[in-house]
Amino acid sequence: MNRFSYLRASSVSEAVAAVAGDPAARFIAGGTNLVDLMKYDVEKPGRLVDITRLPLNAIEETADGGLKIGALVPNSDLAYDQRVRRDYPLLSSAILAGASAQLRNAATTGGNLLQRTRCYYFYDVATPCNKREPGSGCSAIGGATRIHAILGASDSCIATHPSDMCVALAALEAVVHVQGPKGDRTIPIADFHRLPGDTPETDNTLEHGEMVTAVELPAPRFGAHHTYLKLRDRLSYAFALVSIAAAVELDGDVIGEVRVALGGVAHKPWRDADAEGALKGALPSSSAFADFADRLLSGAKGQGENDFKVELAKRAIVRALGQAAAGTPQVQSVKQVN
Amino acid sequence: MAQAQAAATSVTLTVNGESKTLDVAPWETLLDVLRERLHLTGAKKGCDQGQCGACTVLVDGRRVNSCLQLAVMRDGCEITTIEGLGEPASLHAMQAAFVKHDAFQCGYCTPGQICSAVGMIREGHAETAEEIRELMSGNLCRCGAYTNIVEAIEEVLAERNAPKLEAAE
Amino acid sequence: MSNVHPYVGRAQPRVDGPLKVSGLARYSAEFAAEDMVYAAAVPATIAKGRIVRIDASAAEAAPGVIEILTHQNRPDMPEEDKPYKADMVAVPGGPFRPLRDERVVFSGQPVALVIADTHENARDAATLVKVEYESETPTVDVGDARDGAYEPPEKRNGIPPPPPPRGDAAATFKGSSIRLEEEYRVAAEHHNPMELQATTVEWDDGRLVVHNKTQGVNNPKNYLCSVFGLDPASVEVVSPFVGGAFGMSLRPLYDLTLAVMASLKLERSVRLVLTRAQMYTMGWRPDTLQTVALSAGEDGRLTSIRHEVVQATSQYEDYQEPTVNWSGLVYDCPNVTLGHKLAKLDTPTPSDMRAPGATLGLFALETAMDELASKLKLDPLELRLRNYAENDQNDGKPFSSKELKAAYEQGAERFGWSKRSAEPRSMKDGRELVGYGMATGCWEAMMQPHGASAALTADGRLEVACGTADIGTGTYTILSQIAADAFSMPIEEVTALVGDTRLPMAPVEGGSWAAASAGNAVRLACAALKEELVKRARGLDDSPLANASADHVVFRNGRITLVSDEDVSVSYADLLGAAEGGRIEAMAKFAPDKDFKEKFSSFVHSAVFAEVRVDEELGVVWVERIVSAVAAGNILNRATARSQILGGVVMGIGMALHEETVWDRRLGRIVNANLGEYHVPAHADVKNIDVIFVEEKDEANPLGVKGLGEIGIVGAAAAIGNAVFHATGRRIRHLPITIDKLL
Repeated sequence: MNRFSYLRASSVSEAVAAVAGDPAARFIAGGTNLVDLMKYDVEKPGRLVDITRLPLNAIEETADGGLKIGALVPNSDLAYDQRVRRDYPLLSSAILAGASAQLRNAATTGGNLLQRTRCYYFYDVATPCNKREPGSGCSAIGGATRIHAILGASDSCIATHPSDMCVALAALEAVVHVQGPKGDRTIPIADFHRLPGDTPETDNTLEHGEMVTAVELPAPRFGAHHTYLKLRDRLSYAFALVSIAAAVELDGDVIGEVRVALGGVAHKPWRDADAEGALKGALPSSSAFADFADRLLSGAKGQGENDFKVELAKRAIVRALGQAAAGTPQVQSVKQVN
Repeated sequence: MAQAQAAATSVTLTVNGESKTLDVAPWETLLDVLRERLHLTGAKKGCDQGQCGACTVLVDGRRVNSCLQLAVMRDGCEITTIEGLGEPASLHAMQAAFVKHDAFQCGYCTPGQICSAVGMIREGHAETAEEIRELMSGNLCRCGAYTNIVEAIEEVLAERNAPKLEAAE
Repeated sequence: MSNVHPYVGRAQPRVDGPLKVSGLARYSAEFAAEDMVYAAAVPATIAKGRIVRIDASAAEAAPGVIEILTHQNRPDMPEEDKPYKADMVAVPGGPFRPLRDERVVFSGQPVALVIADTHENARDAATLVKVEYESETPTVDVGDARDGAYEPPEKRNGIPPPPPPRGDAAATFKGSSIRLEEEYRVAAEHHNPMELQATTVEWDDGRLVVHNKTQGVNNPKNYLCSVFGLDPASVEVVSPFVGGAFGMSLRPLYDLTLAVMASLKLERSVRLVLTRAQMYTMGWRPDTLQTVALSAGEDGRLTSIRHEVVQATSQYEDYQEPTVNWSGLVYDCPNVTLGHKLAKLDTPTPSDMRAPGATLGLFALETAMDELASKLKLDPLELRLRNYAENDQNDGKPFSSKELKAAYEQGAERFGWSKRSAEPRSMKDGRELVGYGMATGCWEAMMQPHGASAALTADGRLEVACGTADIGTGTYTILSQIAADAFSMPIEEVTALVGDTRLPMAPVEGGSWAAASAGNAVRLACAALKEELVKRARGLDDSPLANASADHVVFRNGRITLVSDEDVSVSYADLLGAAEGGRIEAMAKFAPDKDFKEKFSSFVHSAVFAEVRVDEELGVVWVERIVSAVAAGNILNRATARSQILGGVVMGIGMALHEETVWDRRLGRIVNANLGEYHVPAHADVKNIDVIFVEEKDEANPLGVKGLGEIGIVGAAAAIGNAVFHATGRRIRHLPITIDKLL
């Protein structure tokens, strides 16, 4: 871990100014990813601005019936919040599918959005990586690719976004509130993370110095018709090979609104509005879900070792939509997939 | 007032009920401070990356991986390590249950398992064996004592719930 | 006379339990020393080649840095290999020596050692050492090296090479209509004990006390004396607790060499703790390619077995483990051919990992047996019974004991094997396919010469000691139980000591031999102490026991008492009062009975039954339950013994479903050298494990003990794989069975 200076911010504006004015400065909150990356020498901040004492840890109801979650609300508090469990069980479930109880106690809502990829090569500073060192090349392409992207990858980067929470946020169409040197703005979750293109060093659309202050959830929908289904190499405490956040609104017998976001397959939580639109009005059935999955994965391309993810994702989508339509969501402590 | 410093800064930690004031560099982790500075070696270093749980301690009552906590950020916090839960002559119920159920072999993951189990019971979301397994999955045990660990925790949970059940009747 | 309720045989709680659960048990990185400095090793970023240039200037200028050692400026070390082979677990070849020269022979190899005033300063400065390399293309996959496979010219000491062929397996196989030949592979694995490999050297004016993570303190001591030319009187190794090892810490590892090198150079105390990533730069369970060919008659009797392995080793050593020998041993078969070849990789030398050889070899054989059962449409358990070996098929000797049939029976009964429907894919529970599988496990019951002492100490306690280790196996506890029984004392009044070179000589703890060897040594030491006490009691002035012999007295309640007259006795306190230093001690040596070993073969056996659930559509598989029935002679402690089996089974679950060390084959670097991406089983992966110890009388040693450290894992992965076949009809011959393989 490199040497850095430390600043404990006493206000959001102070924190924003401190980071904005120093290209080598980073915000730190839960530290569960940043400190880890610093130990690997992947992140070498010159200054850490500690935002943990800022008053951003409330979960408040919004005027239009949603929830506004402070950026510093720990993942576990969010997952176990009574309102979240009642109105946004998909979010609760996704959070509880991720990491471990200890990590969820420390990790924050804002920090979870800013998790960096678990690509082996990103973590190994002895190897080239365009995300870590722009222009150095991508070691993953042609290498060990079991955990890599099948959608939206580029010739520069095939990394995936590792978050579970963000996959649920994508399905729920959350909005990210940020404060920056130029003021406040909101970013729809779909526009928050980005695809790697030829600038994979940039994970998201934040400007340097912009700080996530809250995540806002629109008014609850979907009732019990949701699920978070995560498939991985051991039954807990592992990143997703493929995960599915699914939510369905039934209009009588047919599907009204449907949302499906995929995790573990792309540089950002993956959704396809066209595919979702095409499912509207269909009777919920395995074949309709399979058609939907085919459409959603139509552009998918494996890297060799991860080719299986395409088929796995399709099957998982069908199963997850079945769970959501039936109103029998996956419970994370239960390993049987209903 | 905000302060910026690259060098050591004075922090006060209440460790196992005792107030400790010491100068730490910003890059010192809570785990390293506990082990190398305060000689509380009960919290273990198994990976130093938040991937094994051996370093689990309670910070303000919540279980966290102390290897990923910068000590400077925990200024003013209450830290409970395994040494603060109980001593050989006066073991905490969870420690005693671990001995009774042979819930460890080499003993290296054990302090983390016990702190984690105590933290989990406080959180109040684990009742069944299935839930215990899920919520303890952040604590790896390479000796494979898992089934005994779950039995030990179930016993402490049952003892804890027993008076409640009686009261409810 | 023994205790009315002897401790041996009970489920006695661990005597070191209270220390471990309260965080007071001290491991090697946890000893404090005055004025101590911290070291950090700089890992090579290439797998093969040479160092061209090292620029340590930035690191030298970093805060707190005291010294940076490289191959260019390290202290003189012996040039020849011989001194480095003062390692009782050495293998043929030239042992790895850190900072030897400019050559890089594996990725992550330490190329510099930074010593600084604090752990953080050492870690930081280590990242500032710039090393330029000339790199060559590495080979890290055994499949890529199989063409160059060779029979090791020098055999590894203590590891039996494959026995010569018997009968004519090739001709029999050719002429058989019921036969199969398949290739099996198990992914490379790393031990991944929870404790990081570490050494703390306490330097005191030229005298060293070394706290090194080791499975036997005498091995690092001998190594240090040989390599650094130290006087044995000036160095002790003290490692009372070991945070798991599973074979990884049998040999002296580079943390030991580097920490002591730095300490001697700086004349200061030094601590070196490796990182988790560096735990992947030493021993590992070798990747293997195994071919098993079986043929059988219509009656299900095996007519031929051929089992050949190509096993990975390093460029610099010929590591060998007994992989194929089991195929000549466990079943009655007249025609057997076994072969063991090595293939060289640009990796560290593999090392013994829990049941080395047996774990891999019996996975292949027991999977092949399941395939044969399927071909014969015979129950897999019935196939084993029809081929049951009544004596050692490799050398014809009778077994000292073999209650494997009882293990099969009791295991099958407890598991409910009779409920298994024969056809694959025929059992379901809701959406999941259910599979039942079984396998046989086997491990040699070994013993080694061990010394031990027993002493009455001034405070009236009984102290027993042996220079072995307790790596979580329960050695402290069983030695205490044996001693408590010998003196009919409460176990609370017994102190057991291990893990210190000042204690009586013992080899490394490995091969499951410690319980039988150290246990019998302590038993003998207790007997010797009793004799010494009787001698002293007779010699007391006006001794009431003046004419008593050892046969005529009992030891209990702190007294030596005449059997014939309970009122005639001498107290230990009186004897201690008269003893110099208030301590009476006796020593003993245990050695295995050579004549017995000439006559009998001794093995531990197990029958493992597994139930798996498979969600076929999603490739999700888990182990619902395992029953492991073990025949291992006398069980000293039913709690710690059971835990040994549980641990082996859990590691077997990992081997079957999760564990795989992945190299980037272009770079020769391990990409998942951490506990996040190398998946060992977590709590959620382990549900129900039932352990049965079947009654087995064995006379290879007076305690009747065989050892349990390895047997739990042997057969577990095969049983799980066979259950997956039964559930799905799909045979996965390459472990681990991950989602992609089941889709």
